[in-house]
Amino acid sequence: MIWGVLQFPGSCDERDALHACEVHGDGARLIWHESRDLDGVDGVVVPGGFSYGDYLRAGAIARFSPAMEAVAEAAAGGAPVLGICNGFQVLCEAGLLPGALLRNVELRFRCHQVELIEEGTDKRLSIPAKHGEGRYYAPEEMLDELEANGQIAYRYADGHNSNGSVRDIAGVMNERGNVLGLMPHPEHAVDPLTGSTDGLRVFDRLGEFANHGLTKSPTA
Amino acid sequence: MSVETAKYRELGLTDAEYGLIVEKLGREPNDVELAMFSLLWSEHCAYKHSRKLLGRLPTEGERVVMGPGENAGAVDVGSGYAVAFKVESHNHPSAVEPFQGAATGVGGILRDVFAIGARPIAILDSLRFGELDSVRSRHLLDGAVRGIGHYGNSIGVATVGGEIYFEGPYEHNCLVNAMCIGFAKTKDMVRAAAAGPGNSIVLMGASTGRDGIGGASVLASAELGEGDEAKRPTVQIGDPFEESKLLECCLELLEKGLLVSLQDLGAAGLTSSAGEMASAGGVGIDIDVAEVPLREADMEPFEIMVSESQERMLAVVEPARVDEVRAICEKWQTGSAVIGTVTESGAIRILRDGAVVGEMPVEALVDGCPLYDLEPGEPEGWIYGNRATLAEGVSAEEELLALLSAPSIASKRWAFEQYDSIVGSRTVRRPEQADAAVLQLPESGNAIAVSIDGNGRRVACDPYAGTIEAVLECAQNLACVGAQPLGLTNCLNFGNPEKPVGAWQLDRAVSGLADACNALGVPVVGGNVSLYNEGPDGPIYPTPVVAMVGELPDPAQVAGGAFVKEGDAIGLIGPFEPNLAGSELAKQRGRLEMGLPQPEIDPVAAACATVRDAVRAGRLASVHDVSDGGLAVALAESAIAGGLGCQVDLQHLRVRGCSPEEALFGEGPGGFLVSGDRAELEALGAVPLGSVGGNAVEIAAGDRSLSIPLAEAERAWRSLDERV
Repeated sequence: MIWGVLQFPGSCDERDALHACEVHGDGARLIWHESRDLDGVDGVVVPGGFSYGDYLRAGAIARFSPAMEAVAEAAAGGAPVLGICNGFQVLCEAGLLPGALLRNVELRFRCHQVELIEEGTDKRLSIPAKHGEGRYYAPEEMLDELEANGQIAYRYADGHNSNGSVRDIAGVMNERGNVLGLMPHPEHAVDPLTGSTDGLRVFDRLGEFANHGLTKSPTA
Repeated sequence: MSVETAKYRELGLTDAEYGLIVEKLGREPNDVELAMFSLLWSEHCAYKHSRKLLGRLPTEGERVVMGPGENAGAVDVGSGYAVAFKVESHNHPSAVEPFQGAATGVGGILRDVFAIGARPIAILDSLRFGELDSVRSRHLLDGAVRGIGHYGNSIGVATVGGEIYFEGPYEHNCLVNAMCIGFAKTKDMVRAAAAGPGNSIVLMGASTGRDGIGGASVLASAELGEGDEAKRPTVQIGDPFEESKLLECCLELLEKGLLVSLQDLGAAGLTSSAGEMASAGGVGIDIDVAEVPLREADMEPFEIMVSESQERMLAVVEPARVDEVRAICEKWQTGSAVIGTVTESGAIRILRDGAVVGEMPVEALVDGCPLYDLEPGEPEGWIYGNRATLAEGVSAEEELLALLSAPSIASKRWAFEQYDSIVGSRTVRRPEQADAAVLQLPESGNAIAVSIDGNGRRVACDPYAGTIEAVLECAQNLACVGAQPLGLTNCLNFGNPEKPVGAWQLDRAVSGLADACNALGVPVVGGNVSLYNEGPDGPIYPTPVVAMVGELPDPAQVAGGAFVKEGDAIGLIGPFEPNLAGSELAKQRGRLEMGLPQPEIDPVAAACATVRDAVRAGRLASVHDVSDGGLAVALAESAIAGGLGCQVDLQHLRVRGCSPEEALFGEGPGGFLVSGDRAELEALGAVPLGSVGGNAVEIAAGDRSLSIPLAEAERAWRSLDERV
């Protein structure tokens, strides 16, 4: 599998994501935000950072980029799309994922290792989180629907939901299961020297859902 | 007093300096020229009270790639790669407006590093505030930490380490020193010297506005006092998004070989950048201010020349390459304008629409400022206040808890969790996981470690010994993770050098720095000086902040500070001779006075080598430098970090002639607290202290023996989270 990693002005984690994709897949390349062409990649990562300085609202400008138009098309065609942190915000702004990300309940940026529970399997992952606007929010009815559809991908383990996300939600998927967004950074958990390798599991999981759909996932 | 006299004095020039300018020009300077001279002849730019002293520092070594005089120093890390680093102060702007002051301090130091063609990979910071119970200190702390986080997080450079001290003498004059580490292919690095008459001068990045005008002379070179609110317009405003684009743009331009030279715009803006580039290259430069993109159309030539608007770089480009350069700037959505030309004139000429509005010989402007000798005078006693906060005669448990919860010692988790410490995927040791930050360098197959230190209180007690201790502490921190020092940089934060005590502190500290670096064989590859750090209550503690970069061969062989295993032996390596002079306990008891034991450097260097080799060979489970609060605090910190208690008996230490109290809480250089296999510790010559295990920190020390439940120790050590 060949991954493409979008690069916006103000992206920060695109090189880390590129490296993680190389570790996980068969290759990876950067895709410039002005490119309307995804260069034949099989899946896309929308990386973390502060695209366009996060001016106006996190992710609000990036969603209008030519590369994001191409990503929306690819997603509609079933390609796996992973949004991490700012990338999650971009996917929500673009309407590819439900809900929104608000300022952390403590109103401060926080960088720390968090534990996530993989929905459906109860597997625990240790992955770093770092953001100031990571409080997941969606209306109650929508949350009920997401849960019923199996669209919740990850929740924070007890004591790890420091941003105040509703129902401890750390990551969600679209209905089809090929678009996944989460606030913690799996691309920063692919090397035992820098923390853990639990992040690779997130890439695998997206691949499984993209291939088999949510209802056919091994655990749902 | 004439209008002219009033003007140059207001700009910080003395009568004699003004006379010299008139002599060098052969006439009175006009306003443009006066503004430019006043900035480049300020302490901040000309180092006029420190340059003579700095000549004492050793600057050469076989691993040095770039030394003092460049935008940043750099050392060779093998395989064709170099690591660049520099630390700089942004003290006075931060005291006026902490968020923007600290943020632009980070922005400025990042530009220094990518100006030489290195990609910034890490930030560290060294902060000093008044005591935590002061509202002003908490305000400054909060603003500075948010500012550092805002800039570093947004631009995607990991903040991997630092230190924060809280001491009364910093109440009115906080210190914000920021350090940046960069990584580069040695062949791609570039110097700042302008070259090639006929080449174009290209200004890149943000447009130029009125922010920061006069920052260098009005803010950086005068004591703070009443009316500082009015100085707010002279503090610069930072935009990390602008800098992020500028950074990527400059690195792409350098990688493609499109620039002859590159320089950042910092203090004194275009004036110092153009002046320094011309001086280093032995050429002249013409600048037409009408070509400078402005935020406000009606700016005067002198305002354009001294503006400190952030996120700007100046490049020398061959005329045939200008279009290519501007196309890459456009790709990165960063501004660019050809604003001048390199000339053979040896002069800086300022033009507006072709008409000359200022003309000065480069030599006079950049190198003509007189350098002054200091007139040191040793103080007769302790000149700083020292209010007791801990009664004499309390139990040893109460003393240890008071030390663990002291803001300067307690965990700084509240601060460092506001920083992205992992972006870039290099961070092998995050803040508080070890005594030094460790960054892997997969490109060259090894790793570097970085430490930044400087205990101003101890330097106040004895500037010479205290500065040696700061260097030794850095070297020890590097040894704790298995690293060998490659180079050192520093930021000398001192009071008024024109006063005898300030001069004496600076003179003695620089001697200590020189002697320590010579004895350890570590070259000084750069530095920064911040003087006149005084408030209404007097000077700050003299604070030489020392930062050291070291190399380690294998990032997988790095120790941490946490106890690892129940039953492991605990020992002490090194010539540590604990003494209460200048210690945190002496401070809390209100018993600070002049004098520290004189450190012997060679035995500490030998202990560093022992520990370094043992860590690299994987022979130690944990290593922690004995520092503030002494051995009892070091033991508690290793226990808390590992979630394991310890049983220790300090009787073996007492053969060194110290009292139980000194053994527990005495400070001084040369101590490594280690744990691991008993036989390994014995083979390394460690003094046996006890073993890891249980749920309490238990230390037998004669009539001062103590036992504290681990959870209680941890509550004290983590108490800063709730108090800021």
